[in-house]
Amino acid sequence: MVEETIPRRDFLKGAMIGTAALAAGNPAPAAAQAPPSAAPAGADAEPLLTLTATEHAFIVAAVDTLIPTDELSPSGSDCGVATFIDRQLAGAYGMGARLYRQGPFPKAKPELGYQLALNPREFFRAGIEEANAWTRKTYGKDFDRLSEQDREAALKTMEDDKAQFQGFSSRMFFDALLQITMEGFFADPIYGGNRDMAGWKMVGYPGLPATYREDIVKYFGKKYDKPPRSIADFS
Amino acid sequence: MAIMLKEVDAVCIGVGFTGSILARELTKAGLKVVGLERGANRTTREDFALPSVRDDLKYAVRQELFQDTQLETVSLRHTPAETALPIRRLGSFLPGVGVGGAGTHWNGVTWRLLPSDHNLRTHLTNRYGKNAIPAEMTIEDFPVSYDELEPYYDRFEKLLGVSGKAGNLRGQKIDGGNVFEGPRQNEYPNKPLAMSMAGAIMEKAARELGYHPFRAPAANMSAAYTNPEGVTLGACEYCGHCERFGCEANAKSSPQSCILPVLLADDRFELRTHAYVKELVYDRPGKKVKAVRYVDTRSGEEYEQPAGLVVLSAYVFNNNLLMMQAGIGEQYDPVTGRGALGRNYCYQVSGGNVTVFFEDKIINPFMAAGASFGMNIDDFNGDNFDHSGLGFFGGAWISAGTSNGRPIQTRPVPPGTPRWGREWKKATAKWYNHAFNIGASCCNYAHRENYLDLDPTYRDALGRPLVRMTYNFHDNDYKVSEYMGGVLGRIARAMNPSAMSAPTARRGNYNVVPYQSTHNTGGTITGANPKTSVVNRYLQAWEADNLFVMGASVFPQNASYNPTGVVGALAYYAAEAITTRYIRRPGPLVRA
Repeated sequence: MVEETIPRRDFLKGAMIGTAALAAGNPAPAAAQAPPSAAPAGADAEPLLTLTATEHAFIVAAVDTLIPTDELSPSGSDCGVATFIDRQLAGAYGMGARLYRQGPFPKAKPELGYQLALNPREFFRAGIEEANAWTRKTYGKDFDRLSEQDREAALKTMEDDKAQFQGFSSRMFFDALLQITMEGFFADPIYGGNRDMAGWKMVGYPGLPATYREDIVKYFGKKYDKPPRSIADFS
Repeated sequence: MAIMLKEVDAVCIGVGFTGSILARELTKAGLKVVGLERGANRTTREDFALPSVRDDLKYAVRQELFQDTQLETVSLRHTPAETALPIRRLGSFLPGVGVGGAGTHWNGVTWRLLPSDHNLRTHLTNRYGKNAIPAEMTIEDFPVSYDELEPYYDRFEKLLGVSGKAGNLRGQKIDGGNVFEGPRQNEYPNKPLAMSMAGAIMEKAARELGYHPFRAPAANMSAAYTNPEGVTLGACEYCGHCERFGCEANAKSSPQSCILPVLLADDRFELRTHAYVKELVYDRPGKKVKAVRYVDTRSGEEYEQPAGLVVLSAYVFNNNLLMMQAGIGEQYDPVTGRGALGRNYCYQVSGGNVTVFFEDKIINPFMAAGASFGMNIDDFNGDNFDHSGLGFFGGAWISAGTSNGRPIQTRPVPPGTPRWGREWKKATAKWYNHAFNIGASCCNYAHRENYLDLDPTYRDALGRPLVRMTYNFHDNDYKVSEYMGGVLGRIARAMNPSAMSAPTARRGNYNVVPYQSTHNTGGTITGANPKTSVVNRYLQAWEADNLFVMGASVFPQNASYNPTGVVGALAYYAAEAITTRYIRRPGPLVRA
């Protein structure tokens, strides 16, 4: 993703403004006519289960900054990571499966782990709001509208816990964002991420069936040269 | 009102390894046994089948096989002065649920304790003087010595088909095995697993340094194996999906692969799943547990199951909870030191770690068996080295190897690498197949302020208080870990790697977020003195003679070793005392 492209959310917004503007006799903004290239064709083809357009734009911009396109792999969203995150947050994990949620919820030291009343879906909603509020204050724009360089700097500031968030630390949000991004890049493709096993190909993880009784001797000290396969290849 | 059921000879609360073993031994002795399991049934064919058993996200990350904290968790505070908060998401440790318990999703490391771990307090006092052990270090002897337990270690290893190589066969030291282990009467039932590249590198470095490398005993089958129960286990496929997963090949020892096929075929055993034991019905004057109350989690109905004999074979925390709630024994108080229930809660100090990187060597981390698939040394374990002047007691088992290459969680990069972005991608792609860890699993000796009791605020899904853990690392733990960091650095440098991380030592508070180990121990400890222990040497409760408590909750402290081998041996030791003595003449097996 490059900086001058228009995120999906702004495309939609722009389209509506454009309609209104046209009705008022003004020329349509360029945005209304530009394709939503920030959410690339692959990622955009998947309908959203829970993320709002604003949240989706944030997630696409974030995963494409965390996992940028290069010769090693396509970008995070091209690998389906935004789709993965949408599905995870819409499902049992997002709704707080395996999370003890009884109060009270006092402020706690970090060694006691997650202590908020929010489930992961609610936490990401609040975190994206905070992140966008902070980049608006700092850069004058929502995160997804920043240049790649500014997005990198913004994420680094959150990672270093130097961005001011309400309710929880920016590092806590960043760590959760990085964790779910890596899950989406490396989990089996059945969950919508790691498209074409791009994450596995990048590191050389062979996936399934992982039956190496003979290969463990044959490939001792040697590169394993069989192409990766995933659950779908055996289903 | 609970629905009253007809009395049975025995109930086992929890159908994991110890529940299965006790049920098997008791039914063989002619008893009718009911196994109460709070979770669902799990079978290899249905639940651990390819391809979905290789789903890293579902099992390793979203924790499919572990206890559900929505129903039940524990709370933690670091000191008695603090307010405990619930562990809302499992991280540091991962108790199991369902038939097979944690025995379905462990890695398979199956140790015996060192002889000096068995009589720890006596041993250290004899070697270092009667004032050597600090007052706050409330370590005890196991009342059962290594020599007494040896045949039962042997029996459990044969049930599991443990792969390994003896280092001390009837007193004769054997190079290539663990020369520090106590004398074994028999060789391991299965030969060692295949060698990994990481193990080969470790072996060379350790030998150069004058240490004694050996293969960790592994409940991963190097070859197909038929155990004394007549159950056949398959050969390990080195799939790299042991810990957190079930095994489709029945090649990892588990209740399913070792014992449930014969137990479930026996009419004297009845398995009740979704039977969530809520409380023990305790007859205090009679010193008996008369019955067990449980909830059928499918219907919400409550049942009361009277039983002649009650085996508490749940995980450490539930063993403690059920006894504390029923008031079987006096709650430990860290201020006065009175009371034994909840005393000597221990864990594992698993902080030491070095990652080594080799440009020119291919590791293939994804081809691995669970049980520390590499090479170990015990030169710095227990009291295998002189502690004079060191300022701490105990040690660590040190291991280099690979147990998996599943990339959501295993992606080593050299120190200084960013966690994301282009540089991260480059480093991850470059090093994924060229790195492995050297780690130290350190002992955790009991401390006066580390204990379990009931939480005053937070409750579980059955309305019971959570177990409250008051726990932190203390001086001895930090010093052991620091010392082992030095050893790890020495080993890493001897490997001559292209890059290595700085050896880490355990610092700061105990943190519940990163996984460390599911080696929680204590609270219902075994001992010779009813004032400082909860169960006697036969794991029989001092305050209820028909109650026998299994599992690592009986450990007086935690050695550096993974607990399962000891847990299994003690289960067979207790089972023999029950079947040969207790059922003929019920009553205390040891006079208080």
